[in-house]
Amino acid sequence: MLDAIAKDFNFSQRALGLRAYRTEVLASNMANAETPYYKSVDFDFSSAMKSAMAGDDAGKNLALNATDPRHFSTSPDGGAAGVSMQYRGAVQPSVDGNTVDMDLERGAFLDNALQYQSTLTFMNDRIATLKSAIKD
Amino acid sequence: MSLSSVFTISGSALTAQSMRLNLVASNIANAESSTSSTGQPYRGRHVVFTAIPVSADQPQVDGVRVTSVVEDQSPPILKYDPSNPLADAQGYVNMPNVNPIEEMADMISASRSYQTNVEVMNTAKTLLQKTLQMGQ
Repeated sequence: MLDAIAKDFNFSQRALGLRAYRTEVLASNMANAETPYYKSVDFDFSSAMKSAMAGDDAGKNLALNATDPRHFSTSPDGGAAGVSMQYRGAVQPSVDGNTVDMDLERGAFLDNALQYQSTLTFMNDRIATLKSAIKD
Repeated sequence: MSLSSVFTISGSALTAQSMRLNLVASNIANAESSTSSTGQPYRGRHVVFTAIPVSADQPQVDGVRVTSVVEDQSPPILKYDPSNPLADAQGYVNMPNVNPIEEMADMISASRSYQTNVEVMNTAKTLLQKTLQMGQ
């Protein structure tokens, strides 16, 4: 029963993990907006999400062995696993070799924060649904 | 928790940018200092930013750190002022190689970067707060 609920949240949980990681990556780009030779990095969210969900079945070998049905099921946590980082092409190359485009980074950061919040909203709605089902 | 390292990243940028602001203040304050404790005219100082990974398991996520402060090696500006006790035989005084206009531009750039990083921290704070309130 609890396992079914945990599975239900698996997708949102992974999405949140990746969104949080992307927040970190974009914050790192903005922090280094004036560091010489720093190259702006980012990852493709949809492919990272796909590999995270595929790794859900494939990554079973990383989980702890459960020899008893009462053992907790442990699957590797989403986060940064399976994310392939890529360098962003410079829109306006600068003399110091830095490729951070502040407008682009800020746009991506805002978009990412909104997506994080919408994932949270979906999760909250799901929790409310489950709660009302439990109460009845 | 993944999102809390955003505070480390942006915090490192705040420290670095405030150090840059300090140096700008020092340069502007000493723009007319024709002598110093070494007996030489003041030289403009600049920070060197370096991207430093916040943790070993995430080499792609970098904070920023001021690794050194370098002195501007360009020659001092000569100013004709025969009444100055520091003037040479021709009546010229060595003045600091600080360009106040460049320093002002540097100051604006540093304060804008500072503001952006504060905004990033605020966004991360909002996201964390909403995550903590999940399911309520």
